[in-house]
Amino acid sequence: MRPPLVEVSAISRSYAMRSGMFGRATAVHAVDGVSLTIAKGETLGLVGESGSGKSTTGRIVLGLEPPDSGDVRFEGRPMAAPGTAAWRAQRARMQMIFQDPLGALDRRLPVAVQIREPLDIHGLGTPAEREDRVRELLRAVELTPAHGARYPGALSGGQRQRVVLARALATKPDFLVCDEPVSALDVSIQAQVVNLLCDLQAQLSLTLLFISHDLRVVRQISNVVAVMYLGRIVEIGSADDLFARPEHPYTQALVSASPAPGRRSAGRIVLSGDPPNPAARPNGCAFHPRCPRAVPRCASEVPALLAVGGNRQVACHLVTGAETRDAA
Amino acid sequence: MTQLIAIAGLSVAFSGVPVLRGVDLALQKGEALGLVGESGSGKSVTWLAALGLLPRHAQVAGSVRLDGREILGAPSAELDHVRGGRIAMIFQDPASALNPVLTIRKQLCEALALHRDLSGEAVKAEARRLLDLVGIPDAARRLSAYPHEFSGGQVQRVMIAMALAGNPDLLIADEPTTALDATIQAQILELLSLVRREMGMAMVLISHDLGVVAENCDRVAVMYAGRIVEAAPSNQLFADPVHPYAQGLIGALPPLDGPRRRLTAIPGTVPDPAHMPSGCAYAPRCALAGESCGLAAPTLAPIADDRSVACVRAEASRRAVLGMAAE
Ligand SMILES: Nc1ncnc2c1ncn2[C@@H]1O[C@H](COP(=O)(O)OP(=O)(O)OP(=O)(O)O)[C@@H](O)[C@H]1O
Ligand SMILES: Nc1ncnc2c1ncn2[C@@H]1O[C@H](COP(=O)(O)OP(=O)(O)OP(=O)(O)O)[C@@H](O)[C@H]1O
Ligand code: SF4
Ligand SMILES: [Mg+2]
Ligand SMILES: [Mg+2]
Repeated sequence: MRPPLVEVSAISRSYAMRSGMFGRATAVHAVDGVSLTIAKGETLGLVGESGSGKSTTGRIVLGLEPPDSGDVRFEGRPMAAPGTAAWRAQRARMQMIFQDPLGALDRRLPVAVQIREPLDIHGLGTPAEREDRVRELLRAVELTPAHGARYPGALSGGQRQRVVLARALATKPDFLVCDEPVSALDVSIQAQVVNLLCDLQAQLSLTLLFISHDLRVVRQISNVVAVMYLGRIVEIGSADDLFARPEHPYTQALVSASPAPGRRSAGRIVLSGDPPNPAARPNGCAFHPRCPRAVPRCASEVPALLAVGGNRQVACHLVTGAETRDAA
Repeated sequence: MTQLIAIAGLSVAFSGVPVLRGVDLALQKGEALGLVGESGSGKSVTWLAALGLLPRHAQVAGSVRLDGREILGAPSAELDHVRGGRIAMIFQDPASALNPVLTIRKQLCEALALHRDLSGEAVKAEARRLLDLVGIPDAARRLSAYPHEFSGGQVQRVMIAMALAGNPDLLIADEPTTALDATIQAQILELLSLVRREMGMAMVLISHDLGVVAENCDRVAVMYAGRIVEAAPSNQLFADPVHPYAQGLIGALPPLDGPRRRLTAIPGTVPDPAHMPSGCAYAPRCALAGESCGLAAPTLAPIADDRSVACVRAEASRRAVLGMAAE
């Protein structure tokens, strides 16, 4: 096993949310005791429904916002305090890519200028070297210098996302957090960007945290996948195995809700009940009101995330290593 | 089977820029048809045009026959009767289609009064039955709730109830689940296929999710740059796509099981409607394009029972696929 680059231990984060007529503040537990390890050069995929805490996890891992408790280590060292020189040096080695490429770019500047920006900010190289680096980056994301001279509005969605990628790679980061990087793109364009990300990761031995609600895209790019539900990780395991044999009832429903052309799914799991509400997280297993297999214990006792064999961990009272794995 | 609706040569232009360039599409009674294609290919405009819902400055030509009767350009009184009555539409953004200051009861009853011969208590009872049908728990009480008091999935259920109020023969569902989470999306699609079976209703499901379309539709039509480029029964289209664009779309979809393979990304981007290439609009991105492809736009021609393709190299493309499969 490769050494870990990023180690996240038991991070939690809650936000105060005002609700109702009298504006009483309730706490939203956006992330609750999440632990993750990402090995150097590997991709960890993070999936889960809207509001499950994926983006919040990504922001905390990058040090863009502090956790209420728990900590994040980068190459074995704790994250430096925001604003310090050590923090800036660390930050240059980690970058983030967001869903909306148009929102991430300045409409009034040619994209090549924007790709060069991080080099200017971090004072990397002479002006001539920076120009060379921009050309190199454009080539790496399969764009031409002519594209570089254009404004964001004159590029297609896929091209814009490649510009964002080029800019994120400018400082030669080791670690990239991608938050829904292809969700806004059409399937055919999505494939261009996914292939490019896979290639760049291999060439540059990048480590990725890849956040998406699209199971297919996540499987394509990830070594390990973690499934979140209302702020907690409910299942984690190697990508192919997890999607082929999901163990947690929620993962099973999620996988079964992602139909594949040409394979009429037999016995689709359709959950009943409402979408999960982060502001009113159920006691016990947060999934229990929707879970087709719930037993009384599920309503009162929080299931811990436990190893169930292989490199799989599952948080469910009914999934305990022995019987399920052997039965499969 | 009898034909319910037939669209022929439907063209739409905005300020002289053509966005639909001759769409041919037909639906049988009770059939579920999936409509897929890149963003901007004209999926929504096709049905907005057919139902006379485009802004007045749109130039529309062609023919749309409902039970053999032309409805394109029909007087608005007649169209009002068709819309929400024989043909209902649900949109991608459900919130915008409901009035935020009226209760669900009021809105449902309005739709019922408009399209059904019901009155007084019968209207209310029917409104309740519809909410029940779409799986809103405690329907009787929820009728007096306002749209914002429902979750996203429930709002979409209410939208479906409204669409069903007129007892339609055809439901156009334009990306009905795009804004919803996967497990909620599965619930809504299950509901749609349930009511469809129960009411013998035909449906057009517009979606960018090939998996969703494959699972919920009998037949699929693939659009590209304002035209239908391939139409086929779902299982055949996904097992054996013939148009190079349809092949590209399916190859670009990452598999959820089995070995991973490199995705076959389609190079380039969709053409700008204002600068359409002459000949086949897909030619600039097509791996099989030959000289003939640039000459004239290929027409949608039958290649087998219930299958048609608009590609001059359809034969070659078919062989390429079979060759690939034999490898
Ligand atoms: N800055 C904030 N202030 C208040 N609440 C927040 C804030 N950021 C996130 N939340 C809440 O925390 C929860 C988790 O949000 P988060 O954005 O991490 O979810 P997500 O899994 O990324 O969802 P999506 O798939 O919709 O992007 C949500 O309930 C959200 O409303
Ligand atoms: N009212 C309008 N005025 C001008 N152009 C329009 C108008 N409505 C649609 N268009 C253009 O018509 C083309 C087809 O649009 P349409 O909405 O049908 O695409 P679509 O296939 O439904 O895409 P999506 O998957 O993004 O919903 C697009 O180029 C769009 O910009
Ligand atoms: S712990 Fe109980 S409610 Fe939670 S997933 Fe397992 S069986 Fe379902
Ligand atoms: Mg998010
Ligand atoms: Mg549309």
